[in-house]
Amino acid sequence: MMILDALLQGILMGLLFALVALGLNVIFGVMDIVNFAHGEFLMIGMYTTYWTSVLLDIDPLFTLPVAALVGILLGLASYYGLIKYLLRGPAIAQLFGTFGLMLFLRYLAQFLFGIDYRIIQKGVLIGKSLSLGPFIFDWTKIAAAALSLLSFGFVYYFLHKTKLGKALRATSINKEAASYMGIQTDQMNAIAWAIGGGTVGIAGGLLANFYYVYPTVGLLFVMIAFACVAMGGFGSIKGVFFAGILIGIIEMLFPVFGQQIGWEFLGPHFKFTLVYLAYFIIVVVRPQGLFGWKQ
Amino acid sequence: MLKVTEIEVRYSGIPVIHNVSLEVEQGELVAVVGSNGAGKSTLLKTIAGALHPTKGSITFEKRDIHRLSTPAIVQLGITYIPEARLIFGPLTVEENLELGAYILNSTEETKKNLEFVYNLFPRLKERRSQLSGTLSGGEQQMLAIGRGLMSNPKLLMLDEPSLGLMPKLVDEMLEAVAKLRNIGKTILLVEQNVFESLELSDRGYVLQTGRTIQHGTGKELLNAESIKKAFLGL
Repeated sequence: MMILDALLQGILMGLLFALVALGLNVIFGVMDIVNFAHGEFLMIGMYTTYWTSVLLDIDPLFTLPVAALVGILLGLASYYGLIKYLLRGPAIAQLFGTFGLMLFLRYLAQFLFGIDYRIIQKGVLIGKSLSLGPFIFDWTKIAAAALSLLSFGFVYYFLHKTKLGKALRATSINKEAASYMGIQTDQMNAIAWAIGGGTVGIAGGLLANFYYVYPTVGLLFVMIAFACVAMGGFGSIKGVFFAGILIGIIEMLFPVFGQQIGWEFLGPHFKFTLVYLAYFIIVVVRPQGLFGWKQ
Repeated sequence: MLKVTEIEVRYSGIPVIHNVSLEVEQGELVAVVGSNGAGKSTLLKTIAGALHPTKGSITFEKRDIHRLSTPAIVQLGITYIPEARLIFGPLTVEENLELGAYILNSTEETKKNLEFVYNLFPRLKERRSQLSGTLSGGEQQMLAIGRGLMSNPKLLMLDEPSLGLMPKLVDEMLEAVAKLRNIGKTILLVEQNVFESLELSDRGYVLQTGRTIQHGTGKELLNAESIKKAFLGL
């Protein structure tokens, strides 16, 4: 029963992990650039929801469109203000560029908001839970999982069913060939950053419903997102979805599993070690990730 | 329609095309022939806007295009079908074709063009929902040509459509090119199959180490002694 409970809790968290990783993978898929500042985008999404809900006294769930919009604008500003110029340099410049953006945003947040851990205390779902037989689920996590799934479905639909989405995928497959179709690479890059920023903004807004907000909060989640991307396959949308859920399950399941068989060292403090162990195993056995590159 | 005047093109500083001039009139099939490394592909890529000339000019319908980007040139009505085909392997045949019509705003026109391509290459219709990466080399070439036709180009540039194909398919591909010319398409063709392509063409240019060494009607070039010696081994 505890195992099943951990499994279900893991799926709920996993859907949110997948949404955090989605934008990272869309940007990588289209541009072959790893956005190190992705965790800071998440942090800014969290602060956006925090401040909008606290200052305007509205429910944190209703601040999601604001978090999405801030995320989209942040993505576009990063692309047009920085990334576009980095593209003229070598690949290493892009690496240090997004790394620099990460540090800049992190310490900007620290300067503006201090290092305090903040948490939203008022909201329709906050502190409430759903009891289903022996299982208890936090409503905030159910909402986060459901809305993550919805956002994921929306992006998937956009990429697979719309003309612009197909052009984006064409660019990710071969940008030279895409340009011969009249598809402007620059425009596609900007759309990838908008999707990247928007989805992680929503993820931040959802996370802020039940997690502390502080300037370095992005680090833990972006590390999980990197593991999702590498596990699922770079540029693979399906891959990042299932890898997110898998990591959510591992994270929840192993501490319970350790308790059950009496291996105390498998406690909660050990859970991310196991996440990365699973990641290393997949990378060794299947370097292209579960679903291959750019599928 | 297209006028290339004394262009020089460099690849990382080294001139690959020294001095090439060429003209294509509406409705013509013009072939550019020459051996490997003569600069034929570079010439087409430069017209397509993937490279920019360091000297000379390129005009299309009396408009300078040699500083435009590739997507802008596609908008003007020139499509380039690359030698490597560059189809989108993880996408289906039909998705590839739809992407060829990216610049069109009307879905009706896209549908009409899709029917046109399916008529030209019935094999593509049979395989419309197959992932294009699983097609044979010949089918991938058909797809590349079909995709290039989807935007109603005024000028179609074909880079070695017969490369790497078996003889039967080479003929099939060149027949398709002839068919397109007969229905009034303007085509600039680059080929290593010197004899077949000159026979097919209204006019031809012979390129050697980045220079135009000869031009004339297809027939004139076929009969020229120098060509016979250099390319046909006669």
